[in-house]
Amino acid sequence: MTSEVVAYERHSAAPVIAPVRPRKLAKVPFVELAEGRLQGVVSSGSDVERVYVSSITAAEHGLSCNTNNNRPCGGLGGGSRPCNHLKALVEAAVAQYGMERVARYLKVEPPAGEPDLWPALRPAAAPQRAAEVFSSFLRHLAYLEVPPSTDPLPDLQWFPATGREAR
Amino acid sequence: MLTDVLQARPAGLDDVLALVDGLDDALVHGLARLDDTRAAALEAVAAAFGGSPLAGRAADAIGKIVAGTVTDEHLAALAGCRVALLGAAHDALLAGLDAAAGRVREPYRAATGTAEPSPLAAGSRSWLRELAIAGWRGVDHELAAGGAQTVQALLAQPSQRRLAVLLDGFSAELRAAAPVATMPRVPVRRWADLWTRALVLSQEGLPAEPSAPVGGRLLILGADLHEHPTAFRCQVHGLLETGGAVRLVRTSVAAAKVDTISGPSAWRMLAAFPVLLGALAEHRCVEVSGMRLTAGGDLVWDEGAAVAVAGESADPFTTARVLLAGAVASSPAPLDRHPAAIAEPVLLEAGGFDTATGRLPAAGPLTAELVASATACLGLLRFDGGGWAVQPLGVQATVRKKQLAVHTGDWALGPTDAKAAKAEEAAGGAVEVLRERAGRLLRK
Repeated sequence: MTSEVVAYERHSAAPVIAPVRPRKLAKVPFVELAEGRLQGVVSSGSDVERVYVSSITAAEHGLSCNTNNNRPCGGLGGGSRPCNHLKALVEAAVAQYGMERVARYLKVEPPAGEPDLWPALRPAAAPQRAAEVFSSFLRHLAYLEVPPSTDPLPDLQWFPATGREAR
Repeated sequence: MLTDVLQARPAGLDDVLALVDGLDDALVHGLARLDDTRAAALEAVAAAFGGSPLAGRAADAIGKIVAGTVTDEHLAALAGCRVALLGAAHDALLAGLDAAAGRVREPYRAATGTAEPSPLAAGSRSWLRELAIAGWRGVDHELAAGGAQTVQALLAQPSQRRLAVLLDGFSAELRAAAPVATMPRVPVRRWADLWTRALVLSQEGLPAEPSAPVGGRLLILGADLHEHPTAFRCQVHGLLETGGAVRLVRTSVAAAKVDTISGPSAWRMLAAFPVLLGALAEHRCVEVSGMRLTAGGDLVWDEGAAVAVAGESADPFTTARVLLAGAVASSPAPLDRHPAAIAEPVLLEAGGFDTATGRLPAAGPLTAELVASATACLGLLRFDGGGWAVQPLGVQATVRKKQLAVHTGDWALGPTDAKAAKAEEAAGGAVEVLRERAGRLLRK
């Protein structure tokens, strides 16, 4: 074991999660790598009340895309060719997490420097997961409604805000 | 003086940390899979408590765990041992610091009451037990997500915010790392720290933190910013002039957020605290009255009990030069004592000091380059990874022959630098987009 690994292991403030990169949220307000899927929510271009719930399973690359009212997406149509919502979802995931982390989660190895993930995927149709993904999005949004707190919260000493380390 | 402290090592510190490492290694592979080496390391922890008030409970609980019975009660005793070991290390380190810096510290006023127990703590204990049994290496997607329901329920109760924020940050790390078996390295000390603190906070009958109302003038030294995917917190270190004395205090404002709200935009989530944020951004002092000060030195911020003193600016470096040396510090509550929880304000001048730049926030203008060219630095003295380091909160520096003062809280009301302000404007749209989506979709 190298001394660097030992130092990491014995460090209370050892960093674990790389901070996500800022990106525009208007089109894709939510994306996550969770429950064995790249999944998220894509705003409808025509109706502000409607969103599309899209996902790709990690290993089989099973695609699904439905509205929040459980109607199938016309663009995907049950097939294995990605609709515009899924394309936007992947684009947002790469912007947020970086190509490497998304590719690792989907268990693919695109050629170095390749900006598009789709040629590396072998998409198939998958059962829809709209309800689970949508409730995950609602839980995500619910954080914005939690009131602020003035409790001393001493355990946050373990979670320094970072981002301006020496380059 | 301070350099002496940075090099000195209290007697027995390495022995204590070796015992902690043994306990932490047992949690890597799980209490269900203790081999002879890891069992011996746990037994060494029990032996270290021989002759102490914990002797009986430590020996019994660790004996049972090694024999294969892992109950909530045994785990509470194991966590208690770890808290006591690191608490002793904390006390020795802080005593050395106080002696070198000439800092006067009031002893802790023991609590008389107990905190209100929450029925949700049982859910937290049960998830933490599963984690301890499986070990970090046994954490898969399902086990990592196992705490989610408890966290959601805890977040809905303001009195349980501390445990909620801790468990949420911890479980986000486990989810991001799952399956942990394939990780090249595991944050062994860190996850054992978070697990232990969460388990202790999930016990019933915890002592309540005593507090009393205070009033006076708060002079800000600096802002320490904390963040995990769903929390952003600004903790202000300052000096409270009250009744002829000067006390070293902290005050904290925290908001829930999501991972896509980060950097300078995170300040937008603290918009409910214009007096405190304004005082930070404009370097003003604040008159407070009737705010509660805890025995541990935390001023429980109350926006309605604070008034920024108009026209009166207060430079943090002047405050530190004039008042910091004579200020009286507080002792943290016994269960909160841990070397990594030490964050003591210090003023370093005349250059040649070591600073750590691993805790410089993207939400502020202070960069590693500015720190490198500093002629004076206000910071927090911390102990982690086996040594001391100063985390800068503000610097005075000469850049292109111009004297500058830069602090982490300077952007509390938004970036003051044109380029950063433009970037924040673009990224800050995230908050509005998500609020709009929440407004449309949440209450259906």
